[in-house]
Amino acid sequence: MIRFITLLALLLCFSAAHAHKPSDSYLSMKPAGQKVEGQWDIALRDLDFAIGLDADNNGEITWGELRARHDAVSAYAMARLKISADGAECPIRVTAHLVDNHSDGAYAVMRFVADCPKTIETLGIDYKLFHDIDPQHKGLLRLELAGGTTTALFGPDRQSQNFPLAGTSRLDQFIEYLKHGTWHIWIGFDHILFLLSLLLPAVVVLTRHHWEAVADFRTAFWDVLRIVTAFTLAHSITLSLAALGIIKLPSNVVESAIALSVVLAAANNVYPLVLGRRWVVAFFFGLIHGFGFASVLGDLGLPQDALLLALVAFNVGVEVGQLAIVTAFLPLAYAIRHSVFYRRIVLIGGSAAIIVVASIWFVERAFDLKLISR
Amino acid sequence: MNFTLKRTSLGLRFSLALLTAMLFGALNAHAEPFLPKDDKQVLERLPAKPTDPIQAGLRDLRRALAANPQDLALATTLADHYFRLAVGEGDPRYIGYAQAALAPWWTLAEPPTNVLILRAGLRQYMHDFESAISDLTLALKREPDNLDALSYRAVIYIVMARYDEARHDCREMVKRDGGLIPSSCEPTVDALTGRAAAAYDTLTETLRRSAVASPGQILWVTTRLGEIAQRLGRTREAEAHYRAALAMGITDQYLLTTWAEFLLDLDRPAEVVTLLKDKTRNDVLLLRLALAEKKLGAPATAEHQAAIQSRIDAARLRKDKLHLSDEAIFELVFLKKPQEAVRLAQENWESGQREPSDARILLEAALGARDKAAAKPALEWMTRNRHEDVVLKRLLQQVGALP
Repeated sequence: MIRFITLLALLLCFSAAHAHKPSDSYLSMKPAGQKVEGQWDIALRDLDFAIGLDADNNGEITWGELRARHDAVSAYAMARLKISADGAECPIRVTAHLVDNHSDGAYAVMRFVADCPKTIETLGIDYKLFHDIDPQHKGLLRLELAGGTTTALFGPDRQSQNFPLAGTSRLDQFIEYLKHGTWHIWIGFDHILFLLSLLLPAVVVLTRHHWEAVADFRTAFWDVLRIVTAFTLAHSITLSLAALGIIKLPSNVVESAIALSVVLAAANNVYPLVLGRRWVVAFFFGLIHGFGFASVLGDLGLPQDALLLALVAFNVGVEVGQLAIVTAFLPLAYAIRHSVFYRRIVLIGGSAAIIVVASIWFVERAFDLKLISR
Repeated sequence: MNFTLKRTSLGLRFSLALLTAMLFGALNAHAEPFLPKDDKQVLERLPAKPTDPIQAGLRDLRRALAANPQDLALATTLADHYFRLAVGEGDPRYIGYAQAALAPWWTLAEPPTNVLILRAGLRQYMHDFESAISDLTLALKREPDNLDALSYRAVIYIVMARYDEARHDCREMVKRDGGLIPSSCEPTVDALTGRAAAAYDTLTETLRRSAVASPGQILWVTTRLGEIAQRLGRTREAEAHYRAALAMGITDQYLLTTWAEFLLDLDRPAEVVTLLKDKTRNDVLLLRLALAEKKLGAPATAEHQAAIQSRIDAARLRKDKLHLSDEAIFELVFLKKPQEAVRLAQENWESGQREPSDARILLEAALGARDKAAAKPALEWMTRNRHEDVVLKRLLQQVGALP
């Protein structure tokens, strides 16, 4: 028999054995409706071992080498991950290839979307990555559900797991879409800036080419209420029409028009044209913003069995987000409305800044340019 | 979902964030996966170059085995190579590769003897001590003269503090092979069980007389001598042994760890920093480096503490129990959570890992938590085996003085 192990090697290893991190992949998924959005981080070192990345054999993996193997990486990884909705397979498509650094080295990052044939009630995940070449490999899953985040561990002894989605109850579904709506307003700077441009003059009146503070809170309040109501009404209409597939507009047109609406609304504060009837402006442009919301809702994946519910919830979410902005804005603006700071810096300066930003957006979106490179 | 953000360039996003932050409060950004700009950008350096002859050999073996996965000789050869790499580099990925090579036999109750021995080694590495012992016992039932199985089992018994059984295996080994390592086996057990001074002399004599020993074997015995001298409080001799071992120029993580801990005990952290400052990829050594930096109040402490924390978090996510004693040290020293340290040190002890260093962290944690009862297993272990160790003895006295 071959002496293939010596006592020596072993005796030396005890305290030294586990000095490095073992192989893990990081999988995160966010199921909603009939869709699962996800991200999968796999160590480059493991991928190199499995399918070879280091084309020039110099011990270094460059971005070019990884990029050249992206198809192979997707094919290899996605053949070892199955997502299903109540037993029905959801085909996975990779939407982006990125890179991330974890504590133990660089990882290939794949963003993906899985489209299920039906609304997911129980999410099934089958994970087989590297089990044949490294049975010690583990897949760490982070599942973002309506009720919070769940984690799970995949290994050769735990390949398939099922997750009943808390979000399948109507209430949870409602809350989920409400959150999306609120979140979208919060991260949608164009909507925020549009609204702000219209709200900024609410606490002042133009008297002989000079902005003066309004006399009482009622005046400011009603002005704001009219604007917000008009905006809400308008975008609710177009959001519904677009989400139900009754009207379809090309997204670059919608996006450019939204940017333009922000420019015009802000310009109106610097060179006032429309004053008392700003709610009309809010209504008119609100129609355009509604199409913008609809494209987000479309990206989220609408549950076909609960279309109306999702639509209403998303819309309510948008209103909640708007209301938060108004609630934060109005008392503050009202309090400092007498100051030169408000009238000069915030109203005029702020509007000018908004014009600049929104104009760049407009050019970027209308001509599909990147003016400021990443 | 966030289409507006995606289409907005970074500079714009920044100015916007500023603008909205003025009105609404700060927006928090977090690190995200990125798209490298340049094809030439190096993303990762592999631990070994593919052109390295060892790696090339392994690749050929893998290819041959992939073509014929049932080939026992190929599979055990490859598994053995990977196991050696795992031990040498402290890299658990190689353990997985070795296990994969043995896949056709891995779940069998009675695989061929050489698979049994390899599987025992891998299971031991994963802290599955009982299964490892039963694999080796079965192997020895089939082949009582198998020195590999004997030496393996002796070592696992030592780790588990089952010293009588270890001694038995040591004697069986010496009957069959009188070389340096088998002859050093029983003195190693003696040194842990009340005969440290005599064992030290025997070991010194054995080393002196051994005519044919490889540098690796000499390194191993020299390191043991350093440890025994250290436990006996013979600091100067211990240092001389460690320095002699280091001077052999063999990179050995165990030796580095032991030497670093020795220096920390002597309150010489600056030397530890010099020794380990380039070894931060290695978890075990990184912890010792951070301990030294903390003693010195070095600015790098915070960064290294965060790195260790992130690796512990990762280990916990995968429910890894292989770092328990180091986790206990981290909780005790860096996070100042002695109760948590006690819990981890106890779990480590209960897992069957019972070497002097395991007793030490249990005692230190118990002392930190002022929890006399928690120290009991370590106390019993020391008393039953009449273990001699100046540091443990002092700790035991301090724990004894607790109310």
